[in-house]
Amino acid sequence: MVINNTLSYRSAFTLIIKRDLTIAFRHRDDILNPIIFFIIVVTLFPLGIGPESSTLSRIAPGIIWVAALLSTLLSLDRLFKSDHNDGSLEQMLLSPHPVFILMLAKIVAHWLVTGLPLIFIAPVLAVLLHLNENSYGALMLTLLLGTPVLSLLGAIGVALTVGIQKGGVLLSLLVLPLYIPVLIFATSAIDTSAMNLSYSGQLAIIAALFFGSLTLAPFAVSAALKVSTN
Amino acid sequence: MWKWLHPYANPEVAYHFTGKILSWFSALTIIILSTGLVWALLFAPADYQQGDSFRIFYIHVPAASLSMGIYVGMAIAAFSSLVWQLKLADASAAAMAPVGAAFTVIALLTGSAWGKPMWGTWWIWDARLTSELILLFLYLGVIALHNAFEDKNLAGKAAGILTLVGVINIPIIKYSVEWWNTLHQGSTVSKLGKPSMTIDMLWPFIFCFLGFALLVATIICIRFRTEILARNSIRPWVRDLVISENK
Amino acid sequence: MSITNSIPSLISANNLTCIREDRILFESLDIEINAGDIVQIEGPNGVGKTSLLRILAGLSEPFEGKVYFDNKLINRNRELFHQNLLYLGHLPGVKGEMSAQENLAFNLALHGLDFETAEQTLQEVNLLGFEDALASHLSAGQHRRIALARLWQSKAPIWILDEPFTAIDKLGVKKLEKLFLQHVKQGGCVILTTHQDLSLPDEQVKKIVLTYQF
Repeated sequence: MVINNTLSYRSAFTLIIKRDLTIAFRHRDDILNPIIFFIIVVTLFPLGIGPESSTLSRIAPGIIWVAALLSTLLSLDRLFKSDHNDGSLEQMLLSPHPVFILMLAKIVAHWLVTGLPLIFIAPVLAVLLHLNENSYGALMLTLLLGTPVLSLLGAIGVALTVGIQKGGVLLSLLVLPLYIPVLIFATSAIDTSAMNLSYSGQLAIIAALFFGSLTLAPFAVSAALKVSTN
Repeated sequence: MWKWLHPYANPEVAYHFTGKILSWFSALTIIILSTGLVWALLFAPADYQQGDSFRIFYIHVPAASLSMGIYVGMAIAAFSSLVWQLKLADASAAAMAPVGAAFTVIALLTGSAWGKPMWGTWWIWDARLTSELILLFLYLGVIALHNAFEDKNLAGKAAGILTLVGVINIPIIKYSVEWWNTLHQGSTVSKLGKPSMTIDMLWPFIFCFLGFALLVATIICIRFRTEILARNSIRPWVRDLVISENK
Repeated sequence: MSITNSIPSLISANNLTCIREDRILFESLDIEINAGDIVQIEGPNGVGKTSLLRILAGLSEPFEGKVYFDNKLINRNRELFHQNLLYLGHLPGVKGEMSAQENLAFNLALHGLDFETAEQTLQEVNLLGFEDALASHLSAGQHRRIALARLWQSKAPIWILDEPFTAIDKLGVKKLEKLFLQHVKQGGCVILTTHQDLSLPDEQVKKIVLTYQF
């Protein structure tokens, strides 16, 4: 009585996305808190550096991107932690569907509730920081391509630390160095756009990072989760 | 293809085998490294521009390239551990990580010590120094993750995955940092230029490089043996070994 | 080795060794479980019952040894094995943010089962009337019932259950035991741990006893 059916990858993918979004929207604090954190961190900089608009506009890209990085890092915790604690992660690993598809779905859902809102709020914060007028397009585009990379790479870090009691600080130690290339190319794209030059080169590199991490990260995540749940 | 490796995959055999090569490594290290250092620090000619401060080069460059090399070595070990389930590869990766981190620190310290007479400041966001600093972060991440797990087997696997993710990222990070550096060229005074070496500088350099490489091999060998013992402490052969050595 | 047997066992393991934190839990364990078996794993706390179940389910890797399903290595035939496996661990895998019915429907769909019948299935575990209540408002016993409800829908022959009777009342236990008997009669097998005595006939239950290793 051995069962051997063929399963649909797409239905497994949408199943997880639907579930994670349902949970997220019934638990709105988890969505709102990283966004509020993002806003607060950005407003701290003018207070620490001084309100001079020429200084602020020069460092605005860096501030927004570092804040986005940190707020993504903060929100990563909820990606696998609760599923690990209540045993649902175990059930996902035991499902007949390929684990990397399920994990990719979880990462996409996570990005939809944490990465996507940043893109809409960033322009408002950019106004506060006197970002150069030519740079808004670059800011949005780099966030659109870059924040998924943050979610994908971050997921590897969470997957590795989810079984560890005090994994929070360790997570930032593992993940932040991996974020450096995104930070460099994103801020430089915004800087270049301020000078009215073409920044398609930087954008292409971020896109390459996106596709690279999109294809490799889900596999690393599933391998890491198998170790963490062992 | 892996048949010939099989006998060495037994921890006991590996322990005794590394014991034998260890004595060779340590003897060679003492001879070559001391020759190289004495030659480089006392007898090699001073650089016509940088004077005696140039001699840091004989330590800095080997340390920097070994720090990268050890990470690649760790990644190879991690890969073979994950793919072929070689438990000894885990032990060797665990043995390498702190050595690599130490050499990264040496490279950073000597780099900034070299920077002081050159640029008049201890730290400069030079592309190579910056990527060395990030490499240190990667090492610290691997070591911290390894320590966070109670179970050595799991620790090895988790650290292995992180090492592989890191090794894919190293070229990207290196490239991005170099790119970032050229972009902000205005803030840097000058790069650590590769001095053109004359033949009487090259030979002591080769000796120093080989000497440090052998030193790394020796330390890793010692640590590897300790790792094997720690991972097999419940095996009878380890108990016999301890008893016979305590006699 | 069991490979050459004429009738393949459903799940078998040979030479299993499990080491946790430098302690040997069990060594060189051979297990063969056939269709129709109810296997109870016994032993004191911390002896490795859960570890053994997790190794059989492929969640943990043994230090040494292999696990076969239908004479194929489980980690080489993951998709096939998981279609034929139902594992319930200590943790029920129930999300507080979703209702009882949503939880069950998700669990069924995740394992490729028909999730339309989630509502009727809840009746089997006495949760009718609670189907729309958020799981965070339900008790631990009710969480376990939500998890166990999958048993009534599952077509997988191999059931691995870690303490399935925890927080379940007497009537519920009776019902489960009846279900186990029905399942093995249809050619399945049940591997479980429990602190309670099973009220199943002795000849039905095989026992694997683990003891401390020093």
